Amino acid sequence: MAGSENVYIAEDGTIKAADAKVKVPVREQDPKIRATNFDEVCYGYNQEEAIAEASRCLNCKNAKCIAGCPVEIDIPAFIQQVKNGEFAKAYETISSSSALPAICGRVCPQETQCEGVWIRGMKGDAISIGKLERFVADWAKEQNIKPLSCTLKNGHKVAVIGSGPAGLTCAGDLARIGYDVTIFEALHKPGGVLLYGIPEFRLPKDAVVAPEIENVMDMGVKIETNTIIGKSVYIDELFEEGYEAVFIGSGAGLPVFMGIPGENANGVFSANEYLTRNNLMKAFRDDYDTPIKCGKKVVVVGGGNVAMDATRTALRLGSEVHIVYRRTEAELPARVEEVGHAKEEGVIFDLLTNPVEILTDDDQWVKGIKCIRMELGEPDASGRRRPIPVEGSEFEIDCDIVIMALGTSPNPLISSTTEGLDTNKKKCIIADEADGKTSKEGVFAGGDAVTGAATVILAMGAGKDAAKGIDEYIRNRSK
Amino acid sequence: MYRIIESDLLAANIYRMVVEAPRIAKHCMPGQFIIVIKDEFSERIPLTICDYDRTKGTITIVFQPAGASTTMLTELKSGDHFYSIVGPLGNPSELCSMSKEELSSLKILFIAGGVGTAPVFPQVKWLHENGITADAIIGAKTKDLVILEKEFNEVCNLYVTTDDGSYGRNGMVTKCLEDLVAEGHDYNYAIAIGPMIMMKFTCLLTKKLGIHTIVSMNPIMVDGTGMCGACRLNVGNEVKFACVDGPEFDGHLVDFDQAMKRAQLYKTEEGRAKLALEEGKTHHGGCGNCGGDK
Repeated sequence: MAGSENVYIAEDGTIKAADAKVKVPVREQDPKIRATNFDEVCYGYNQEEAIAEASRCLNCKNAKCIAGCPVEIDIPAFIQQVKNGEFAKAYETISSSSALPAICGRVCPQETQCEGVWIRGMKGDAISIGKLERFVADWAKEQNIKPLSCTLKNGHKVAVIGSGPAGLTCAGDLARIGYDVTIFEALHKPGGVLLYGIPEFRLPKDAVVAPEIENVMDMGVKIETNTIIGKSVYIDELFEEGYEAVFIGSGAGLPVFMGIPGENANGVFSANEYLTRNNLMKAFRDDYDTPIKCGKKVVVVGGGNVAMDATRTALRLGSEVHIVYRRTEAELPARVEEVGHAKEEGVIFDLLTNPVEILTDDDQWVKGIKCIRMELGEPDASGRRRPIPVEGSEFEIDCDIVIMALGTSPNPLISSTTEGLDTNKKKCIIADEADGKTSKEGVFAGGDAVTGAATVILAMGAGKDAAKGIDEYIRNRSK
Repeated sequence: MYRIIESDLLAANIYRMVVEAPRIAKHCMPGQFIIVIKDEFSERIPLTICDYDRTKGTITIVFQPAGASTTMLTELKSGDHFYSIVGPLGNPSELCSMSKEELSSLKILFIAGGVGTAPVFPQVKWLHENGITADAIIGAKTKDLVILEKEFNEVCNLYVTTDDGSYGRNGMVTKCLEDLVAEGHDYNYAIAIGPMIMMKFTCLLTKKLGIHTIVSMNPIMVDGTGMCGACRLNVGNEVKFACVDGPEFDGHLVDFDQAMKRAQLYKTEEGRAKLALEEGKTHHGGCGNCGGDK
């Protein structure tokens, strides 16, 4: 049994973790090998490891982990079920709260959510809730167990815009209680950021994303791809088509650039473009036509999860890769696990460094990036210490590709074509945090379209809250 | 969905297809475009909308194969389906939001170059339907490459010019424009659509002539909804995305030299892919040196 040194069988025959204070380690692909392929990095737990890890749960009465989960999964209940080997029941527990457990188990920042508030965290490692969730979801898929769905339809139609995490969750929750839901997706395949943004090696598309989307469709949700709301059809038309409520989960939007000289040179890409070419359009596979530029030396600007994804993608395409980030490692917004993975794989971090110009050759191709050293000053509005340029410290890094991973600004397609839909100063759609209600009657919104770029699970939480809001709205309306 | 109803050749290597796409046909306006995908493994290719029929739910697309991906589109025949068509993308032409008074105050000239004749057509036709018969120049390399002449003649005052003088007037569209102005035509609003180099030189001339000029840009694109930023252009020293800010811009503000360089981004890959397509399986491993396509 792999990883058996971390697991033992107690006198009463139960499987336990070797050290109750330490997480049962999860097996991963060797960094040197995985840096050359797009296969999933993390292998996940096997049954014994999952049971052993679950045995570490204290099963607290006042379980803080549930409150740390944006979709409020009954975490202690499913962990006890795993501990008892009742995996099917554990799947039922999880899937009654989350439509996408195999995805969340992989990409949620558990360390700042369920695991972050975990009580045992004070005494030892937090329990690996994410890895257990993933184990249960993967096990259910292998056994072909589907989430519970509603057979009784209530006859009310709801439109959901965007098939990313917010939209899928909202659609799944509404379908589960009997609504007739159609998702409208702008791209040619459903999944949103799960498909175009997060790479294969972190979130396998055919093995993990597609089956979870199928589960949502099995609940009766229809998905119309190639349909851009605000272009192919307008929100007011959806009401004319008989939809009683609309949920906008259209995602983040337009990539932000720095506004420095040389940024339009050939060889400068947004992380969105680079990742979309590779993930959605599968440039890394020979059987797809999509071209992608694989440089000798790639500089990725930014320090978030998207920057890590772009970095590790470029690495796998055969480039030497540098991260250029203006603060220190402590301030990197990316998950610690992602930073660790990137380092193991050989990514070079140039910290306290900020680009000031992209250098080009006579043909307008990137030949380097001019940067300036930074130091940290007083904390700014975000609470992080403000980076300040060190005068006269400019230096150049030779490179042939620059990838900008600096976040996004909201996409105006929907807000500019929908009368009565208010946006804030940052052009994000204004929606009530509790139920997703917007300024326009019958229109709800959530996820990155409202908050700006955030995480998969926060979008799912917003999709879930909006589903409740929509249900309440339609019930009140039909009274 | 996306069934091809008609498919024919407008000229050597210029293809026209009428495709079922009801949502697009219902909403598209002159100036907008679509993105097509031939099959699951193909690229997303931005194409021009040449015409639309709102009642039949069809759109007409016109394209001239250049790289491997557009060449592969020609494999599709009447009755076949596209894997995906999405749109309408980009903003409608500025003309479409003008009042009748504003429109009639303009002295409009359309300047179409090569396959760029196709996206000019819906604009000329729309104006005609709104009571205005504009002037239009169609420029082509040679007689055989002049397209849509009959259709244009029905909706505008047409001047055809060929680079080699084999049909119509003799010379490029810029010469035709200079001649028309010399002949006493007076324009204050031009819409120029065609190859980047043609739009660049047209804009240099119209600037000199004091004619406000709109161009339609067709840069490399992935999603077409603003998400990827591949289509960014320098317009009046600001970064603009052709898909959400355009595709039509003030031609006197567009940095054409940069746009032309950006259009070369995947030239090596395109060349290799085209060669692979032409030579089939004999291409790979033949020399033992190139390491295939990627």
